[in-house]
Amino acid sequence: MRAEGGLAALMPSETRSVFTVSALTEKLRAMLEEQFPMVWVEGEISNFKVYGSGHAYFTLKDSGAQLRAVLFRNRMRRIRFEPGDGLHVLAMGSVEVYPQRGEYQLVVELLEPRGLGALQLAFEQLKARLAAEGLFAEGRKRALPRFPKKIGIVTSPSGAAIRDMLRVIARRFGELHIVLAPCRVQGEGASEEIVRGIQDLNAQGDVDVIIVGRGGGSLEDLWAFNEEIVARAIVGSKAPVISAVGHEVDVTISDYVADLRAPTPSAAAELVVREKQAIVESVADLAHRLRGAMGRRLEHERRRLDALGRRRVLTDPARPLRDLHRRVDDARTRLHRAVDGLVGAAAHRFELASAGLRSASPRVRLARDRHRYERLETLLQGEFRRRLDAARHDLRATVGRLDSLSPLAVLARGYSLTRTPDGRIVRRAQDARPGDAVEVLLHEGRLDCRVTATKEHDERPQV
Amino acid sequence: MSDLKFEECLARLEAIVAALESGNLPLEESLKVFEEGVALARHCGRYLEAAERRIEVLAKDEGGATTTRPFAVPTDDEP
Repeated sequence: MRAEGGLAALMPSETRSVFTVSALTEKLRAMLEEQFPMVWVEGEISNFKVYGSGHAYFTLKDSGAQLRAVLFRNRMRRIRFEPGDGLHVLAMGSVEVYPQRGEYQLVVELLEPRGLGALQLAFEQLKARLAAEGLFAEGRKRALPRFPKKIGIVTSPSGAAIRDMLRVIARRFGELHIVLAPCRVQGEGASEEIVRGIQDLNAQGDVDVIIVGRGGGSLEDLWAFNEEIVARAIVGSKAPVISAVGHEVDVTISDYVADLRAPTPSAAAELVVREKQAIVESVADLAHRLRGAMGRRLEHERRRLDALGRRRVLTDPARPLRDLHRRVDDARTRLHRAVDGLVGAAAHRFELASAGLRSASPRVRLARDRHRYERLETLLQGEFRRRLDAARHDLRATVGRLDSLSPLAVLARGYSLTRTPDGRIVRRAQDARPGDAVEVLLHEGRLDCRVTATKEHDERPQV
Repeated sequence: MSDLKFEECLARLEAIVAALESGNLPLEESLKVFEEGVALARHCGRYLEAAERRIEVLAKDEGGATTTRPFAVPTDDEP
């Protein structure tokens, strides 16, 4: 320790106390670090920056001063919310001096948001982030199976939640396959176990729906269901997930990302498992409606058939035959009339010609005209024959058509006609009496029969 | 039909009943789906009768693989 220069002369050299920079800094360090081994400081975060090392550096400030602060990586993990600029916080730590730069800083052990609790803030922050990712979107939510066969449950095997759910399921539809993925639902490591439970149940391959949940507790107790890894596992689940955490009033991040939020574990069980009795009744109702609908249909068709059966063509099958008879008669009459007319006209012309001949009497003309007469006569006869042939041809054609319409043609299809000896057609049983002779006209031949009995009604099936 | 899920089975049955009740099917078709509907209703009934109660818990075996074993429902009250 040496002193030099003018001012030094003002003081006696023996009384001067001179430090080196290092010595002074070391003294300050010792004083500060002894004085403030652990302090709470309140301030606002600014210039928050995380470096590649994982340590975070920032400044705590208020209206009058600034304090450098560092948050080492191993401490950072214990902080549940995300520190950031503008956040008003309480920091706990020790003041440390950094001699090489002549600076001091607060080495932060713990950071808590001021105002909101740390957990509450963390909840809001994660909620905002996942919402921005679209993980809460209604469109992402899958429908629950109406009739799950295998239900996976992720919860504590000894908690109230599993008992409540099993009780509800047993009451509604006991004969289901339940697979429990046991896990801790609070405390260190709980979130990892919940994630594994969801993954293990998915790995089973045939779980239709998964319930994730626990009974009520403090915000701290329910915390695992607010962890990001749990939210991501729910989002990643192949089977739809129902979140059932705590009581009605407790809302967790799991509730937001799940396909369905149930207010309580019991309610989750009720949402998943329909009452067997109701299902049985709805199946019975469907079976009843099925038979009813078919029965009505058949009844409808039977009525249509009855209506058809009452039509004339079926109740009076002989009617078409009678119509045919009439048409044949008509045709015959018209034919006779046509032939008569032709012959009459020809005869009239012949008469005229003969009269003309007779009036031209001179023999000379007779001789000369004979030839002409004979020629005329030949022409006339030829014409007559042609017309007659044409008429015959028409007649044959008409008769041919008649044949196809004839009752005999109908007989060929297996009908028969029954006549009394005097030619009346027997249409009803009451037209004949036992002992009467009747003729049955068949397609080929005829049967002469005698009536042995008459029945006005028979057992012919009603169509 | 036995590999048809109950849910699908019931949905098919509902569709058949609705079609029959509409009366728009030809008679032949009606008879066909009616028979199918009767079979489906029977199948649904059998499913409801045959379902079995099973409660299991996932566990790890020595090799670390996930297995299941029967789960005894807890009766005492714990948190």
